[in-house]
Amino acid sequence: MSMATSRVVPDASPRPITLTVNGKIYTAVAEPRKTLLDFLRQDLGLTGTRMGCEHGVCGACTVLLEGRAVRSCLLFAVQVEGAELLTIEGLAEGDRLHPIQQAFWEEHGLQCGYCTAGFIMSVYELLSTTPNPSDEQIYETLGGNICRCTGYQDIVRAVKRAAQLMRGEG
Amino acid sequence: MKPAPFRYAQVEHLEQALELLAEYGDRAKVLAGGQSLVPMMNMRLARPDVLVDINRIEALEYLTVQDGMLVTGALTRQRALERSPEVRAACPLLAQAIRYVGHPQIRNRGTVGGSIAHADPAAELPGVLLALGGQVRVRSVRGERVVPAADLFVSYFTTSLAPDELLVAVEWPIWPGRVGSAFHEVARREGDFALVGVAAQVALTDDRVSRVGLAFVGVGGRPEPGEGAAASLLGQEPTPTLLAQAAAAAAERLTPDSDLHASAEYRRDVARVLAERALAEAVARAKEGGDA
Repeated sequence: MSMATSRVVPDASPRPITLTVNGKIYTAVAEPRKTLLDFLRQDLGLTGTRMGCEHGVCGACTVLLEGRAVRSCLLFAVQVEGAELLTIEGLAEGDRLHPIQQAFWEEHGLQCGYCTAGFIMSVYELLSTTPNPSDEQIYETLGGNICRCTGYQDIVRAVKRAAQLMRGEG
Repeated sequence: MKPAPFRYAQVEHLEQALELLAEYGDRAKVLAGGQSLVPMMNMRLARPDVLVDINRIEALEYLTVQDGMLVTGALTRQRALERSPEVRAACPLLAQAIRYVGHPQIRNRGTVGGSIAHADPAAELPGVLLALGGQVRVRSVRGERVVPAADLFVSYFTTSLAPDELLVAVEWPIWPGRVGSAFHEVARREGDFALVGVAAQVALTDDRVSRVGLAFVGVGGRPEPGEGAAASLLGQEPTPTLLAQAAAAAAERLTPDSDLHASAEYRRDVARVLAERALAEAVARAKEGGDA
């Protein structure tokens, strides 16, 4: 072992984990096996992100990690020590909805609302890189999120409306 | 569904990871993208004693063209492969297949090394590696070795890697000349695991087939090669009849499983149809002067 690298000792014990979520720094203590999803909901009190399947197929748990949509049920909180996260709670400014939220409301892109936070975070990433997405690009993004209620058509309309709002085409 | 307790080690240098694997062997699992491992841990299908998180080993995340190979460091995210113009130019088959891997959110974290090392029998990237005749670079405290794809995939979720070995790079051959490729897959829904998938690449010299790469996924415990049957195409003009015969011969040799999702007969039949389509598309693209 060179001078530059030291031995790493595996450790199961709870330890403090610090994250920046929606621009605010949070610290809480958790075991390594605590998923980011559970950490956000249980330890940080940010319950807007939902749990669906806990194995990465439904997308309800989607959050943004360094700007990228990821499954928070497939990350351990300890992995993302020091990272910047965006969750659904970080979108509205006070009572002012983010355009994506506004669009979902206008186009009735939700019924029970359980899947909605996950969809919105996936859409947030899409529109941050692709302000004028094609139908195919929208379908590909939404393909990673499951909705039991809507049948998806209104969600697609909401995405298009959100894109329109964000391009300033009100 | 919560994972069983494990001891966690986050490393920043390759040597640290190798030391841990040498010490803990098969009591340890490597955590890269986690898109396959963590679901298994959440369902307690996997219960590693030690989890070695390699995500901060920057030296393992790179993409380069070198000596006729596209070399991808093990930590290269699938998203990077998908968006890379270099990948599209050097290995169009890889660019075609990557779009079938899960969903964009999965590809944001999933890595190329993880996909290969996890060796899901329905995974797309192992099929592409096998079809192209690629290889992986593997390290341990004992040294480094290269493993060709044909010797890598042993069975369901099992590679020939030793418990103390870490896959550090995947090397995808760049075929010279007039080359065309195609990847086809049947799944219940877009983004699902393949019921059957086919990777095909064809090189033409003077309108005759000079090389064929063909591999099937979802047809048993590991990706299966189809070149033996497709060898009938070598030196020939690839007519629709010949392509159909090659596809049929390749599919006939398969011994897929029957399970809840599809019967063996269905998989074998779909394999034949997809192989024919993929070969035809690969030939058409090669004739157009190669894939873009």
